[in-house]
Parts: sequence; C-alpha cells; structure tokens
Amino acid sequence: MLITLPSRMARSAALGVLSAVLALSPVAGRAETPADTLVIADKIDDIVSLDPAESFEFSGNDLLNNAYDTLVELDPRNLGPLVPGIAESWSLADDGVTYTFKIKSGLKFHSGNPIRAEDAAWSIQRAVKLNKTPAFILTQFGFTPENVDGLVTASGDTLTIVTDKPYAPSFFYNCLTAVVSSVVDKETALANEANGDLGYEWLKTNTAGSGAYALRSYKPSESYVLEAVPGYWRGEPALRRVFVRHVAEPATQRLLLEKGDIDIARKLTPTDVEGVSSNDAIRISNEQRGRIFYLAANQKDPRLANPKLVEAMKYLIDYQGMADSFLKGSYMVHQAFLPRGFLGALEETPYSLDIEKAKGLIAESGVTDLKFTLHVRNDQERLEMAQSMQNTFAQAGITLEFKTGTGKEVLGDYRARTHQLVLEAWGPDYPDPHTNADTFARNPDNSDEAKLTGVLAWRNAWPAAEVNDLTNAAVLEKDADKRASMYIEIQRIHQRAAPFAEMFQRIEPVAMRKNVEGFSGGGSIHSAFYWTVTK
Amino acid sequence: MTDTASLPRRNGSAPALRLAKRVAGLALTLAATFLGLLAITFVIGRVIPIDPVLAVLGERATAEQYEAAREAMGLNQPLWVQFGLYVRDALSGDFGKSLVTAKPVLEDVARVFPATLELATIATIFGVLFGIPAGVIAATRPGSLADQLVRLIGLMGYSMPVFWLGLMGLLVFYGELGWVGGPGRLDTSYEFMYELDVPARTGMILIDTALAGQWEIFANALSHILLPAGVLGYYSMAYISRMTRSFMIDQLGQEYITTARVKGMPEWRVVWVHALRNVMVPLITVIALSYANLLEGSVLTETVFAWPGLGLYITHALFSADMAAVMGGTIVVGTVFILLNMLSDVLYRLIDPRARA
Repeated sequence: MLITLPSRMARSAALGVLSAVLALSPVAGRAETPADTLVIADKIDDIVSLDPAESFEFSGNDLLNNAYDTLVELDPRNLGPLVPGIAESWSLADDGVTYTFKIKSGLKFHSGNPIRAEDAAWSIQRAVKLNKTPAFILTQFGFTPENVDGLVTASGDTLTIVTDKPYAPSFFYNCLTAVVSSVVDKETALANEANGDLGYEWLKTNTAGSGAYALRSYKPSESYVLEAVPGYWRGEPALRRVFVRHVAEPATQRLLLEKGDIDIARKLTPTDVEGVSSNDAIRISNEQRGRIFYLAANQKDPRLANPKLVEAMKYLIDYQGMADSFLKGSYMVHQAFLPRGFLGALEETPYSLDIEKAKGLIAESGVTDLKFTLHVRNDQERLEMAQSMQNTFAQAGITLEFKTGTGKEVLGDYRARTHQLVLEAWGPDYPDPHTNADTFARNPDNSDEAKLTGVLAWRNAWPAAEVNDLTNAAVLEKDADKRASMYIEIQRIHQRAAPFAEMFQRIEPVAMRKNVEGFSGGGSIHSAFYWTVTK
Repeated sequence: MTDTASLPRRNGSAPALRLAKRVAGLALTLAATFLGLLAITFVIGRVIPIDPVLAVLGERATAEQYEAAREAMGLNQPLWVQFGLYVRDALSGDFGKSLVTAKPVLEDVARVFPATLELATIATIFGVLFGIPAGVIAATRPGSLADQLVRLIGLMGYSMPVFWLGLMGLLVFYGELGWVGGPGRLDTSYEFMYELDVPARTGMILIDTALAGQWEIFANALSHILLPAGVLGYYSMAYISRMTRSFMIDQLGQEYITTARVKGMPEWRVVWVHALRNVMVPLITVIALSYANLLEGSVLTETVFAWPGLGLYITHALFSADMAAVMGGTIVVGTVFILLNMLSDVLYRLIDPRARA
C-alpha cells in the first residue's frame, strides 16, 4: 500500500507557505449553497455508532441531538436552565427518589408512531440493558439490567423513575438531557430487532427518534444528510436539510468556506481563523467547549506522591505563554476541573510560571532524582505543549523525556497506571458538574484490583481522601446554589492537593458565512443544534 | 504404428495440458499470495500497539465492559485459533464488520473503491497520454531543451509533496480561477441530485451519470475530478516519461533502428512505430505498476481533496484500530495488484510474439 506520509516538518512548512499565500489572497466567493440547506464541513470520522445508547463521540452526539428528543432539554439559546422536551411537566416526590414525568400528548416519532410514556421507559431500560459505554450516566442512579424494569415504569401518559438514593434533583435532570437518555421509537426499533438485540445493530446506522431532523443518508467518515420533519412540535426548522461533510484538512475547509461552497467550517486551525477573519463574508463565533487539558502525575511513583514536588510542577507550566502563542484562539487558561459554563465552575487561576518558587519547592521536597517520562499523544498541539513544559521544567532542573504514541497507546499505559507524568485531555460526559467531579475528585477504591480504569483519580493512584466525602455529598445536595458552592470548594482543594495541573479549556472557533444565524455548537455542556439555524 | 497413432493425441493434448498446468500454477500462486497476505495482515493487526477493544469502547469503559467486549471480539482465544477463524471467514468472503462503520467490510470497500478506481483510471490516462510522448521526444533529442524540460518536470513530480501540490492546485484553479470544482466528488446541490436521480450502478459517478444521461451532474463531477486526477496523473506522468525515455534511448541505439534508417524509412516511423513497439513491452509493466499504486489509494490526495476513497478508508481504519477494515482493504489492494500483474502479463503476450511461444 502506498502511504506516503511526509515528515511533519515538511508538512508544517508547506502548510505555512500555503497559509501565507492564503492570507495574501482573499478568495472571492462565487458559489453558493442551496438556500434550503445548511452545509457544514467537519471531521466526523469519530462516529462509532448512531445508537443513542452507544454514541459517545462529539460528532455522533451532534447528529443525535437533532434527530432525537429527550424528556427534559436544554434551551439552545440559553444553555443552563431546563426546558420541557417530550415531558410537559415533572416532579419529585417527598421521598426524594421517585420522579414522575407527564408525557405531552399528540407528539409523533418520525415513523408516525405516537410518542408514549412506554417509549420513554423502554428507552432508558434499553440503554441500561445494552450497557454500552455511556450507560453509566443512567446506571449511576442505581439501575441494573435486572432491576431497571421495576424502577423505570410507564402507566398511561406518566413515566415513573425511582432512583436508589435521594440525589440532587438537578443532577438527575441534567443527566436526562444527555444523548443516552434520548427517547427511542420502541415499535420501529423492535421491528428491526435481530437476535434479541433491542434493535442495536440496526440503530448503529439508522435513527428512530422524534427530533427536528430525520436521518436521510449516512456514509460513515464521509457525510450525512438530515431532513427536516414536517410538523415538528417545536415548529418546523427553517432549513429543510442539513448536509454535514467530512473534510479532514482544515485548509480545505477554509477554502470551501471562502468560496461559499459550505456555510459553516467547524475545524479551522488558529492560522486559518486569523486568515478568514478579514473576509467580509465570514463571521467567527468563539464557543467555549468542555474539553480540559491537564498534566497528571502518577502517585505510584513515590517521588510524584510528594506534594511539594507536584506543587512545584504546577509553577513550572507557562500557561499564559502557551495560550498567547501557539494555542491562541483555541484554548484559554483554566485551572479547575469543571469547565466554564458548568454549574459551580471555578474560574480562579492561582498558578503561573514561577521558576524560582518552583526551585524552592523542589528543594523542600527533598527529591533529587528529577528525571521523568511524560506520556503524550502524537499530535502537534499536544507535542507543542509538551515541548514548552520540557523547556520550563528543565529550568528548574527537572528532565522530561517524552513517550509519544497514538491515543490508544497512551491510554493503554494510562489505564494500566504504568505512566509517570501524562499530558491528557478530558471532556465532560453529561451537563452536570458531577461528570468531572466523579472522575477527577472521587476515588472509591485506590487498589489495583479495583480496576477503576475510567476514573482519573484512580489512574493516577490518588486516593482523593481530601475530597471524596465532599464529592459524595455534593451529588446529593438539593439546593442548587449550595451545590454550586460545594463544587467551588472541591475544586479549590483539588487545585491545591491533587496531582493534577489543569491547564486549558477549549475554545472552538466556528467560522460561518455572514448570513448564517442561530448556530450553536452546544457550548461546554452539550452538542450542536441545527434546528435553530436560519440563513 | 503405435508411435504414429499416439502422436496426434499427444499433439492435441499438449496445449490443453499446458493450459491446465498454467491455470493450476496460477491458482497455486494466487492461493499462496492470498495466504501470505492474510498472514501478514493478521500479524500486523496483532503486533501494532493499539488496543482494538479500547477502540470500540472509548476511554470511559469499565473493566467489566472491557472484558465483555474482548470476549465478544474473540481476542481471548489463542492466536492460532484466531488466525484459523480469520482465514476461514476470509475464504467464505466474510471479512467481518468494520468497527467504525458497523457495516460488513466488503460493503464498505465496495462503496469506497469506485471513487478510487475512477480517480486512478483518469490519472493513469493523463499519465500515459502525456508521459509516453514526453519520454519519446526527450529520448530522440537527448540533451536538448525538450529533454531538459521533460527531466525537470519529471524531477519536480518526484520531489514535490503531493499534498502541497494538491493544496496549491486547489488554491489556484478552484480558489482563484474557478476553473474546476472544489474538494469532494460533487457540489452539494449536485450531490443531492446524484443521490435522488441517478441509479448507482458502478459507484463511479462519471459512468453512472453518463449511463443515466444526467449530463449536468456529469459535468460537475468531471470538474471535481480533473484537479485531483491531474495531480496524481502528474506523478504518474513523471514516472512514465522517465521510464519511456530510458527504454527509448536503449532501443534507439539498437542495430535494427540503424538498419531501418539506412533503408530510408521516415524518422517518425522509426521512432513511433519500430522503437516504440519494442518499448511498449517493458512499459506495460511500468504503467500497470503505476496504476496499481494509484488504485491502492493515495491517502494524502484523498485527504486534501476530501475524496472518499480506499486509501482514506484504510488509513482511517488503521488509526482507529479497526483491524477488520484494514485487513479487508488490504486484501482488496492485494487482489488488485495480482490482477493487474496478470493483466500486464496477458498484454505482454499480445504485444510480444516471442512471449507467446
């Protein structure tokens, strides 16, 4: 097979030349996209499945957010407060564990089948029974494949859900806005069932929802087309079709946007964004996203269990320098585990590059062997961050050696707790602060046998003793304000005591033609909304 | 008596026997090649430091989910059992399901291969149409300006990174001049028309639209394929012209050429008929190899031009640890290679009478 991958340097150099040429020659728009169609260029090769019970990637969730409805939803114009979805009203009984939802009458799935409480109950039962990766968003409320039929029940137009503990209601409702909680058309899914799989194989590449758009065609890693559903209960979307095309190369996305062959480019590099910013026909919208970059130290290495040394490292990262140079426009300095936009997100940034202070802390730590390996994924952004750290760490006498690899390689070592330092990113799984608190600030069992490979605190062998109880309490707190302040406290402790140095939060520049209005990528907490777009 | 009686029978059966032998030999070669291919792809799939289970589950998976998926994928079995199962499935045409697309690999390959086939064929036509004459002209006047030019163009073709040439081509011919269509196989609006109005017969847009008489879509598809095919064709041309030049110089120094010239044969006939005919024999192998290379899919060209072809599919599968897709794709590539080799063998026999004996 002929795969001629040139060296990264040659590639960067050529792209640099191209960018310079592009910057000098604004391309006049001539072509136009069809008036009733929204055309988006994005990278969609991360889609693994279109089944809401399985989809856990950005692009898949973007699609599903527009093809399915949930019981309660987030308002795309004001992300935060909940608005009715398929449920017209909901309440929590005095016992603190019994939730009831009244389903709106007269709503229909794309198939024409009416939406019933039974569909809503079955969808939750199905996700729990299939037990795919995102199932934990639901099973954390005490559901198991064995008990879920008894805990999630439908009667007439009422859905009743009983949780195992009196959780914070905001926590429960927020989880119901996640894609895994989408209401699936039971009849259609079961009509396509094979070997008792609850329609799983079929739903991997088809949809059976009630959202504003129905899936018209899907070519994996190539494109998908959504078509507006006539008579959608929120009102028909202004644009009849959404065409999302996989364009891997940012420079190509930019060219397409400048020519007017697409309406929105979602994966431009900072250079491209700067290049198109002077183009009168194009507007840039900067959205805060949920992804957090962090450096973590594995406490299985006794040196890294030394709090002074870990604190020193937090002073050895040139946060602002990176954010102002090669990360400009795509990341902002952020030093807490909850991204801005989440309930209770801490915005304080107490750490900055301070070599002298770090040297003092290292001396206090008494650690003399200062040679560490840093696991880092093999992509340019991360390698540049790692190089910056290698440089600043060296100024205080710490030698960093890189161990680079693909995401899966790095993850393999990370999950096995065999790394020393690791530069990684984390994105929230559902729009509630517990999503990150649960992984960064809670470690129920630090033993090797526990194999809590999905928990970041466990992966770094941090027992999280300082915050475990607080995190457990915050998820049960009924008062939302009090809950928010609890998360702020947890983050402050975490910032100081945990072997994590959170560094950056993602900002996603979305470049669009001037006539496109109302697009939301979902901010830091949700997925894209297409049905609000006009042009 | 017995001798004379047996002679015609032997004469009659000899060609049939030879044919049978050849077919058997071919089948054996094919089988061995395929088995080798299967073994290599299998080994690669097992030694690369990518965990196929994590590839399916993502990083949040719990240990139980991980074990369950590992078992479901058969990865807990001994290696030789895994290989045996793999060969058995592959022989029955089942390369498994792609993890990424959730579709049978063969179906995926059938979807992406026509895009590559279309691109590679047009690129090779470009390469042959320009490469052979350029090589011949350069060979007839070694050291001349024309020769230097051909060599320069060839050298550039070898040394310029394809993605750079592609991006530059896009910038100039699509961005600035607007002569050709942009990335992708069709404009957005035509993409819908293609899906609605054109029955998919071959998956090659140019052929399907021509068969359906949809000339507007055909024109749009043509405007999209010209640039990527031109870029790939340029590389192919660089290779073919250099090879043609060196084969031709060799032939033009032969005695039969001098004889032909002495006999007063017009120079064009000497060069374009006598010499070229002899050059065609090795040239066919060159063209077939270059075509095969393009058919494997040029990853970078397909990336730059957002061209959903085989190269992109296999590369993406590789990065996603989607080994079923990688293996399936590799088998297709291997098959194409073998078939093209056979084809060039056949053509070789047609052109060169000596090979028929």
